[in-house]
Amino acid sequence: MLQLTGANGAGKTSLLRCLCALMHPEDGRLLWEGHPVYEDLPAFHAQLVYLGHEPPLKADLTARENLKYWVGLRRRLMTADLDAALERVGASTCRDQPARSLSAGQKRRVALAGVILFASTLWLLDEPTTNLDADGQRLVGSLIEEHVKDGGLVIAAVHQDLMVAGTQIRTLNLSAA
Amino acid sequence: MNTSALQAARLVLARDLQLAFRKRAQFIQPLAFFAIVTTLFPLSISPELSRLREIASGVLWVAALLASLLALEFLFRDDAYDGTLEQYALSGQSLTWLLFAKTTAHWLLTGLPLALMAPLAGLSLGVPFTALPGIIAPIALGTLVLSLIGAIGAALTLGVRRSGVLLTLLTLPLAMPVLIFGAQATDSAIRGVSFAAPLYLLGAMAVLGITLAPLAASAAVRISLE
Repeated sequence: MLQLTGANGAGKTSLLRCLCALMHPEDGRLLWEGHPVYEDLPAFHAQLVYLGHEPPLKADLTARENLKYWVGLRRRLMTADLDAALERVGASTCRDQPARSLSAGQKRRVALAGVILFASTLWLLDEPTTNLDADGQRLVGSLIEEHVKDGGLVIAAVHQDLMVAGTQIRTLNLSAA
Repeated sequence: MNTSALQAARLVLARDLQLAFRKRAQFIQPLAFFAIVTTLFPLSISPELSRLREIASGVLWVAALLASLLALEFLFRDDAYDGTLEQYALSGQSLTWLLFAKTTAHWLLTGLPLALMAPLAGLSLGVPFTALPGIIAPIALGTLVLSLIGAIGAALTLGVRRSGVLLTLLTLPLAMPVLIFGAQATDSAIRGVSFAAPLYLLGAMAVLGITLAPLAASAAVRISLE
């Protein structure tokens, strides 16, 4: 678990976008398991999930449909998996509502359900707790904790410390660097 | 289990069709434009069918070209705003392939309905029944080429606000061959001679477009995501 901190404009989002190879770094190399990622981008992308500022949800689709079309590109999903993930993030009541009628916090929860469903090794999260209530922030903490316990990696850009209990957190302050 | 390329394309296609049916206004707009333009000509020129028949192919093709240009702006724009394109690029699937699926969905929603509407408009312009295949086939093929060319333009102008004018400027010159050969095919059909030659040329353009346009579009999308 690595958390990126720094003032607004310090480059947290840019670093995350470089790490998932959406942006090309001007200098330096990007390695995954010892291999340069640009040699086989699809294979690298199949190992990660990136969640940006805005949850990538379509306003006219329901929470379930959004997840089906988003995560479905990576792995085959059963309806039961979808419902279990939505239940886990406390968004099962809004599964058949169109995303336009959801609050910002509920959308964030649905996006987090997507992150779980991807079952990737590497999570790149850009301010995962934005718009979430105290309960939601604890939820993000426990999701990260479980993922790290299962041998996953999390790199998150944050403004306030995440509520992660049983995991060692390394912090990289971009303003200081 | 991982999703195969074919299933991924089917998902993209299903998603775009479903979205279009939820947002009908956007999908109907180019069709309504086509219907309005083609019905205004008889009112403004002359109700005489022999005169209308002479200009029918031109009217149909110009209207179809402008209607499909109108629809192009929406091809990638919404998906770029809400981060869907970004997720496509990170999906582990080939972005080229997913954009091809998206472009196909776009053609199914604009080009194909236009090709099916065109015979009605043609009849109102005095086109004989026997010439209707000469309207449907070239417009169906031509709009496919326009969707593919347009995909490159739409991807290139993703970073530009109010991209409509720029997109039209970029796409129009490339669309000219489609207009010329398409109108020629329809005109031959109306005059009762074989329209195979221009139709084959349109087919060749479609094959070229299918092979190269998604590659160019995905390169442009990647640049716009940086």
